Amino acid sequence: MVRAVAWREFKSYFTTPLAMVFIVIFTASANALTFYIGKIFENGQASLERFFLYHPWLYLLLVPAVAMRLWAEEWNSGTVEMLLTLPLSTAQAVVGKFLAAWAFLGLALLSTVPLWISVNILGEPDNGVVIAGYLGSFLMAGAFLAIGSCLSALTRNQVIAFVGAAAVIFLLVMSGLDIVLDVFRAWHLSIIAESIAALSILTHFQSLMRGLIGLQDIIFFLSIIVFWLFATVVVLDRRKGS
Amino acid sequence: MIVLKGLSKKFNHLVAVDNITLTVAQGEILAFLGPNGAGKSTTMKMVTGFLAPTAGTAAVCGFDILTQPLKAKAKLGYLPEGAPSYEDMTPAGFLSFIANIRGYSSRKERAKRVAAVAERVALTEVLQQPIDTLSRGFRRRVGLAQALLHDPDVLILDEPTEGLDPNQKHHVRGLIHDMAADKAIIISTHILEEVEALCCRAVIITRGRLVADSTAEALLASLPYHNAVTVTVKAAEADVVEQKLRSVSTTKSVKRLSNRSLREESSIQLRVLSRDRQPITAAVSEALQSNTMIALTVERGRLEDIFRTLTLPD
Repeated sequence: MVRAVAWREFKSYFTTPLAMVFIVIFTASANALTFYIGKIFENGQASLERFFLYHPWLYLLLVPAVAMRLWAEEWNSGTVEMLLTLPLSTAQAVVGKFLAAWAFLGLALLSTVPLWISVNILGEPDNGVVIAGYLGSFLMAGAFLAIGSCLSALTRNQVIAFVGAAAVIFLLVMSGLDIVLDVFRAWHLSIIAESIAALSILTHFQSLMRGLIGLQDIIFFLSIIVFWLFATVVVLDRRKGS
Repeated sequence: MIVLKGLSKKFNHLVAVDNITLTVAQGEILAFLGPNGAGKSTTMKMVTGFLAPTAGTAAVCGFDILTQPLKAKAKLGYLPEGAPSYEDMTPAGFLSFIANIRGYSSRKERAKRVAAVAERVALTEVLQQPIDTLSRGFRRRVGLAQALLHDPDVLILDEPTEGLDPNQKHHVRGLIHDMAADKAIIISTHILEEVEALCCRAVIITRGRLVADSTAEALLASLPYHNAVTVTVKAAEADVVEQKLRSVSTTKSVKRLSNRSLREESSIQLRVLSRDRQPITAAVSEALQSNTMIALTVERGRLEDIFRTLTLPD
């Protein structure tokens, strides 16, 4: 059941040129950030740290673009009524759609592999670290996507879904930056600062990016995904009931 | 097979559906009639498990839609209002997806099901065209195919013939009629002739309330001019004829109608209402044997009039 929903959703990305456009934009901007802002050459290190560094910001805009249509489009076209009166649970529909979008983002992420190959040709990067980076990036994309899924379930307007998701993700990313944390530290509220940092996506992503595949980081991302998907189910069931 | 018990739905303070109780048995076609916004679609959405009722319950084939939603949904086929479908897909792809969800897991079985249902609703020729390029009639049939695919025991069709041309309407009605024997079917419609053409039972809903539940025939029989006879005669003979008509034993009243037919200035229409709405045609024609009748029509009554009486606010 979940597979049927996921497979239909995944195929639907490729019925329009949108999927290809998205993948091209993703690859181009990921590489542009790495070379022009990250200055991977000038840095002189054979690592992809400069590449992964900008992923939270890249995803901040691109993941809501993928997520916004997940449910808003179903509400807008009325297909949600057909989908949710089929013999499948709301949770199965939510997970199916999420997995399709996540797989699509995974595909976009795979399109950056040539960069990894290039770095291997030019130098000798620690490929274990790179793999951890890819894993972290993929998990982070999933977490953002789950947030976007929930915001998309709230509205029939894709623009609102996009802006809403981007805003929530922005807050979650920002909370890991020193600019924010220093405010609390300055007030001697280091406990609050540390708890915010512990909940920040950035903190957990950075440890994966540096090659530390910590169980707590993986669990952190997975629990964000589970929480927001659960919220999506609750939102959909409430909208059905109202 | 379909049981609604005290089904109610409130949206904030608006009562959309107010305490509807009814059952539909196997072999029965039930038509929901009512003005726009009367609560027909809302009722259907609750029966199919898309909306949760504020009070009351609905059960499909014995499965409560709230406590055993998956089992109830497996038993029913539903065509939502406007026949929504994934427009970027082809009917073949879309129906195959539905078949997959409906539990036809092998590819072969799915293809067989899709081909069979496409044949049934006359969709075969466009199976490989994207749905958003199809005409309204075909889109409606895609929705219908989706509802019929698993040959469900219970069918709930929200305006199944809306937006179809007369030929297509006829085809869809035929389809519904042919399936009726072993299913319980609820349809909603504005088209009153459809109720007469198709349904054994009609339910009129207005402002969320059920105001009539009866067969089309019985509804018609309740009209004051049911079985009345209208005769058109020459103006010169009108007075004589009127006298004769009044003397018929079963006549209740005779009324001159304003001459709307523009047939001839010289003709006059008389409407004869019978006592207790019993048939009066034979008696009338016998009484007027020696007069020239230009026309004689028997009024069955129009559902539209019942609809208007029951649904217009007082």
